[in-house]
Amino acid sequence: MSRNQQGVILLVVLACLLPVVMIISIGIGPVAIPASEILTILFDRLGFGSSVMNDQSALIVESIRLPRTLLGLIVGGSLAVAGASMQGLFRNPLADPSIIGVASGAALGAGIAIVLGGVLFAGMPSLLQSYSVSILAFGGGVITTWLVYKMGTGSNGTSVATMLLAGVAINALAGAGMGMLNYIADETMLRNLTFWQMGSLGGATWELVLICASLLVPVVLFLGRYGLVLNALLLGESEARHLGIDVQKVKLQLIFLTALAVGVSVSVSGIIGFVGLVVPHLIRLAVGPDHRILLPASAMLGGMLLLGADMVSRTIVAPAELPIGIVTALMGAPFFLSLLWQQRKRIA
Amino acid sequence: MESVKHSASNTLEVLGIGVEVDGRALLQGVNFVLKPGEVVSVLGPNGAGKSTLMKVISGERKPTRGQVLLNGRTDWPLNHQALMLGVLPQSSSLSFPFTAEEVVLLGRIPCSSDHEENRAIVRAALEKVDGLHLKERHYTTLSGGERQRVHMARVLAQIWDECVHGQRYLLLDEPTSALDPAHQQLTLKMARQEADQGMGVMVIMHDLNLAARYSDRIVILKNGRMAAEGSPHQVLTPHIIRQVFDIDVSVSNHPAYDCPLVVNH
Repeated sequence: MSRNQQGVILLVVLACLLPVVMIISIGIGPVAIPASEILTILFDRLGFGSSVMNDQSALIVESIRLPRTLLGLIVGGSLAVAGASMQGLFRNPLADPSIIGVASGAALGAGIAIVLGGVLFAGMPSLLQSYSVSILAFGGGVITTWLVYKMGTGSNGTSVATMLLAGVAINALAGAGMGMLNYIADETMLRNLTFWQMGSLGGATWELVLICASLLVPVVLFLGRYGLVLNALLLGESEARHLGIDVQKVKLQLIFLTALAVGVSVSVSGIIGFVGLVVPHLIRLAVGPDHRILLPASAMLGGMLLLGADMVSRTIVAPAELPIGIVTALMGAPFFLSLLWQQRKRIA
Repeated sequence: MESVKHSASNTLEVLGIGVEVDGRALLQGVNFVLKPGEVVSVLGPNGAGKSTLMKVISGERKPTRGQVLLNGRTDWPLNHQALMLGVLPQSSSLSFPFTAEEVVLLGRIPCSSDHEENRAIVRAALEKVDGLHLKERHYTTLSGGERQRVHMARVLAQIWDECVHGQRYLLLDEPTSALDPAHQQLTLKMARQEADQGMGVMVIMHDLNLAARYSDRIVILKNGRMAAEGSPHQVLTPHIIRQVFDIDVSVSNHPAYDCPLVVNH
């Protein structure tokens, strides 16, 4: 069986698992809801027949678990697809969206909103105030990405190596800014800052899910169309150009789309690390590096993995919640280290 | 080849190319024409500007002066150019575990053929470089010479089909540098065959005798300028070789072929 066929089979398997994981995610929690009941509630809300339902379960599914599950799916999928795209663009399987500064810029923006928001957003409409953290986080992510991109772009096009170096410097700068904010923050702000940086899907509302979906679903679909281009880019930029690809143009598009994907994800869920790194790796191990399979498979597995992490974060210290960033880091970091270990052995 | 008539625009013309970086001239006044059906070798010491010339011809680098006409035009859309111009760079880095077959398949990206056809072409291209047995191997596990042959097959697959926009050209930058003697012969024989079937082939190389044996014409660069151009017999003389490469050689006629044979002192 060729790897191509394996890839298609993997896509089918993932697509079948996706609804199962979603049902489990909706069912698990302080009040366990059986799958049959979830399906009844969902079908009812979609307008198919109405049967006798447990009102409490319906309320939990409708206003808490379902939006949270959808948010996890969208955010996880976006982070994984952004990671796969970055790794292709940088021709480095260990690249992560955070290396070009999106995450740290977003964190700084969120930090400013949390610590200085009371002053900055005073007198503004309440809707703006309630989303101030998300708005500034997104702005921070976009600004840092733009800075890193500008730093790396000269008369000969964009140098990926310079972008990486600029990303390191900007990460450090944003870190210093965060330090300053921590220093001037009061107790409550400090707690909010810390929790935001550890990530959570707890803020999921239908409003947020709709905003996220309307931005991220198109971005992910767009990125999915860059499969062949990313394959060609793995050969090198001049080789891709010889294959008829306008490298400078697609580079700009890819950077913009990944920044958007990561910026929006981080702005609604805080910093969730390692999904963008680990998911594409798992897929590559299974079916090889072909981006035509890798991108859609990463989207599905990323969503499922984040739902899994969220289930752990919701249940392991119930009724409290362990921040999801801790869970993904606990799962992701050892995986990352084992990859490095394997590489080390290959070099030796 | 004389019997094949080509219109003036069906060539790859290099016209007065000059490249300057920080006031230093990397190339100056380079002129030559590559016609379909010919193999032109570009020789010269390290740093003579051979690879820069290749980058200018492939459009990767803008020249400070002069222009390159590909089948009469300078402004082909990239996706059309890709169907006429196959470029094999000196070395390619690829750190992802594609199989050799998948790497060659990447060469078919600009082409509009279906998957089955592509696979057949990939197979034939790998066969040409004696690489069919590498098909299922992961690129990252191949040796330097095997990688070079896989990339060669990729470039061949890219310009495999006749192109409606014009003649096809193959630009090879030191395609034999990592190859054993048998595969050096095979690669150049293959380049020769492609030329005989109507492609224009430009090869950068260092081996004077391989250039003598397989080229119609030889261009010699030194310090960014053309030091000589002509048939192997005209160009590969002890005098020119001494001037350009600073080595003493004897040149005689090849015992088996009609070409010069260069022997180092």
